Amino acid sequence: MTRRPGADRLGTTALIYLALAGVLAAGAVATAIDGGNLFATANLVDMLTRTSLTGFLAIGMTLVILCRSLDLSVGYTAALSSLVAATTMDGQVANIPLAVAAVLLVSGLVGAFNGAVTAYLGVNPFITTLGTGLIIKGYLDTQYKGPAGDVPALFQQFGYTRIGPVPVSALVMLALAAAAVWFLRSTRTGHHMYAVGGDVEVARMSGIRTGRTLMWAHVLCGMTAGVAGLLLAARFGTGSAEAYTNLYELDAIAAVVLGGTLLLGGKGGVAGTVAGVAILAVLDTVFNVMQIDPFAKDVLRGVVIITAVAIYARRQLDRTARRPRFAEGRAS
Amino acid sequence: MTLLAMRGIDKAFLGVPVLSSVDLTVEPGEVHALVGENGAGKSTLMKILAGVHTADAGTIELGGRAVSFTHPLQAQQAGVASVFQEFNLLPELTVAENVHLGREPRRRGMIDRRAMAERTAAVLADLGVDDLPPQAKVGSLSVAHQQITEIAKALSQGADLICMDEPTAALADAEVELLYGLIGRLRERGVAVLYVSHRLKEIFDLCDRITVLKDGRLVDSVATADITPDDLVAKMVGRRIEAQFPERLPGTEPGEVRLKVAGGGNAWIDGIDLEVRAGEIVGLAGLQGSGRTEIAEAVFGIAPFTRGSLEVDGKPMRITKPRKAIAAGIALVTEDRKAQGLALWQSVRANARMVLDANARVHSRRRLARVSELLAGLDLVARGEDQEVRFLSGGNQQKVVVAKWLAAEPGVIVLDEPTRGIDVGAKHKLYTVIRELAAEGLAVLLIASELIEVIGLADRIVVLHDGRIAGELPAGATEQQVMAYATGRGPE
Repeated sequence: MTRRPGADRLGTTALIYLALAGVLAAGAVATAIDGGNLFATANLVDMLTRTSLTGFLAIGMTLVILCRSLDLSVGYTAALSSLVAATTMDGQVANIPLAVAAVLLVSGLVGAFNGAVTAYLGVNPFITTLGTGLIIKGYLDTQYKGPAGDVPALFQQFGYTRIGPVPVSALVMLALAAAAVWFLRSTRTGHHMYAVGGDVEVARMSGIRTGRTLMWAHVLCGMTAGVAGLLLAARFGTGSAEAYTNLYELDAIAAVVLGGTLLLGGKGGVAGTVAGVAILAVLDTVFNVMQIDPFAKDVLRGVVIITAVAIYARRQLDRTARRPRFAEGRAS
Repeated sequence: MTLLAMRGIDKAFLGVPVLSSVDLTVEPGEVHALVGENGAGKSTLMKILAGVHTADAGTIELGGRAVSFTHPLQAQQAGVASVFQEFNLLPELTVAENVHLGREPRRRGMIDRRAMAERTAAVLADLGVDDLPPQAKVGSLSVAHQQITEIAKALSQGADLICMDEPTAALADAEVELLYGLIGRLRERGVAVLYVSHRLKEIFDLCDRITVLKDGRLVDSVATADITPDDLVAKMVGRRIEAQFPERLPGTEPGEVRLKVAGGGNAWIDGIDLEVRAGEIVGLAGLQGSGRTEIAEAVFGIAPFTRGSLEVDGKPMRITKPRKAIAAGIALVTEDRKAQGLALWQSVRANARMVLDANARVHSRRRLARVSELLAGLDLVARGEDQEVRFLSGGNQQKVVVAKWLAAEPGVIVLDEPTRGIDVGAKHKLYTVIRELAAEGLAVLLIASELIEVIGLADRIVVLHDGRIAGELPAGATEQQVMAYATGRGPE
C-alpha cells in the first residue's frame, strides 16, 4: 500500500472526467449526424452558460451531501436571493455591494436554520429542508405576485459578459469550485465533513464538533444558493419568485451524484461535481441542438443519471469486497 | 499519586439505574481490568470516563484534579483516550488521517499532511510496528492493523490512560499476542490501561488489578495475584459455574453425514473437503482471514462455492443464495449479529419469526407457535416479546438469533463466533444449547476465534490456513497443536 492519500477519490474523479469526455464525443457525433456542430461557438456558449447556475448550487450541495445531509431548499433560496438582490439594488449601482452582502446574509441564515434544525433538533434533513423550501415558497407566493426590483446594467454583466466563448459567471463558478476543493482538503472544517458524513459517531468520539461541522456545510450551501440567486437576478434584470419552479435543487443533486459523491456521505468531492454539472450541460445542449422533444429530453436525462449511479454502485461493491485469493472456477 | 479516582458514580438511563455509587481507582502505568457480565455497567462507566455520557452523581479526579466531561474532546484533552469495541475508524480515510482525526496538525492555518504522516510514523515506530504505512486506507487493513491504528490514535493524543473495551473481540489468538506486546510497551511508558474484557485468560495474563461490577454496583477491586479465575467468575456471576464447558450429553453418537463438501472453493477458499455428521460438532479454527467465515458464507449461499460439490443429507445441492440454504435445512448464526443477525428496531417476536415468515418452504403454523417456547427454553431475559431487540443485552440478542434459526428446525447449523461479546452466563447457556442440538441429531459447524471454545466443544477440529484446510485434529487437541496448523507450520 503505497498509494497517495485520496488516490481512490482521484480514481473516481478521473473516471467521471472520462465519462464527460465520452459524453462530449457521443454528443458531437450525434449532432454531426444530425447535421450540426456541437463545437460551434453558439453551442459552446450555450453549454458553458448552463454550467454556472447549476454549478453554484451543486458546489454547496456537495458539501451537505458529503456530511450525509441534503438541501432541498436551494431552489427557493436562490429565488428569494434574486428578489433580495434586485430590490436592494433598486437600479442603483452604488447599492450593489450592499445587495451582495444582504443576499449572502439572508441565504446564509437560511442555511444556518437548516443546519441548526438538522444538527441540533435531529430532524431528518430531507424534512427540514423540504419544510424550509415550503416556508420560503409560501412567503414568495404571498409577497411577490410578479417580478420585483431592478438590477442595474453593470450588475447584469455578471449574467451576460463573456471572455471569448466563456461567460464570466462560469469562470466565477470555477473559481468558487477551486476554493471549495481547497476548503475540503486543507481546512479542518472541510476535512471533518468527510468524517461527519463517513460516521457521525466516530467523528464525535474523535472530538470533532459534529454539529458545528454540519452547520458550516449548510451555511455554505445556503450561501452558494445565494450566489445562484445573484446570477438569476443578473440574467433576468429583476428579482423573480417564479425561478423556483425550475426545480434547480434536483439538477444540483443530480450533478453531485453524477460527480461521484456518495449520497450516504463521507466520500466524493467538488472536482467530480464540476464534471457532473458539465455532463448535464453537454446533454442539454446536445438535446437543444438536435431539437429533441422536451419530454423525451427529460426521459433521456433520467436514464443517464440512473445509469451513471448504477455504474458507481457497482464500483462501490467491488471496492468493498474482499480481495480474492483464488481464481474463480466452474461450479460442477 | 493515583492517576484516576472515580467516586460514587451514579448513572441512570430513562430512570433505570445503570450504575450506583461505583468507585474506581487506577494508578499510573497500571493495567486495570474492569469485568462483569453484560449489563453490569462496564461500558457505561467507560463512556462516562470518555466523556460520551455524563454521570448523574459522583466525582472524577484525574491526577488529583477534579474533572467533569460533557464531550469526548474534553476527556481527550484531559489525557483519557478510548478504544471502543466497535472500531472508531473511518474506512475511507488513511491511517494518518484517522490517527489525527479531530486534531489535524496545521501549518499557516492549513492541514499539514506531511506532519500528519511523520507523526503517525513516529507513533507507530514507538509501538514497534513497522508494517503499517501511514498512507494506507484503513478500509483495506486487517482487523489487527485497524486495532493498532486505534491504539496509535489514543497514544498520539498524549493519553495517560487508555480505556480498551473488548480490544480482542475481533482478533485471532496470534493477533492478541501483538496486542499484549503493545500493552506491555504502554505500561513501560507509564501509561495506564483500563481493560474491559470477557476473556479471563487475558485478564490474568495482562492485568495488575481487577475491578468487578455486577448489576451496576462495585463487587470488589483486587490485585490479580490475590484471586483465582474460578473465584473471579464467581464474583462476576454471583455464583460458581462448575465447568466452563458442559459435557457431551449421553447418547450423542455421530450418525449419518448431513453436510458434505468435496473440493469446495471460490475466490477466497479452495480445496475444502468437509463432512459433518448428525450429532457431531465440528470446530473450524484458524486465524482472522483464514477463510472460516468464507466457508460459512459458501455453505449458506452468501458467497457460494464456485467449484466442488455440496451434499445435504446425501442429496447434491447447488446453494447459490441463502433462500436455497434455508430450504435445504441449513441455518447460519452470523458473526456480526447487529448487522446481519437482527433487525434491531423490531421486536423480539418479529425477529424470532423472521426466518419462518420469510420462507414458505419452512413456514408452518406449528413452528410459529413454538417460537415462544424456544425463546423461553433459551432463558431469554426481555420485558416481553414486544420489546425491541436493540434494548437487549448482547447475550439476549444472540439468544433471539439462535431462536430464529431453531424455529426453522434445521438439520445443519453453522455458528460463526456465537459467543462474541456476550457475558459468561449467556455463553454457558449457549454452550449447553449447542450440546443439546448435537444430541437432537443436528450437524453443528462451530467457528470461534477463542481456541478454548473450539477445543472445549468440538468433536473434531478442522484448522484453516490461508483459505485452505491445513489439518484436522481430534477432540482433546491442545491449543499448541491447533496453532501449529493455523500458522501454517504443519503438525506439531
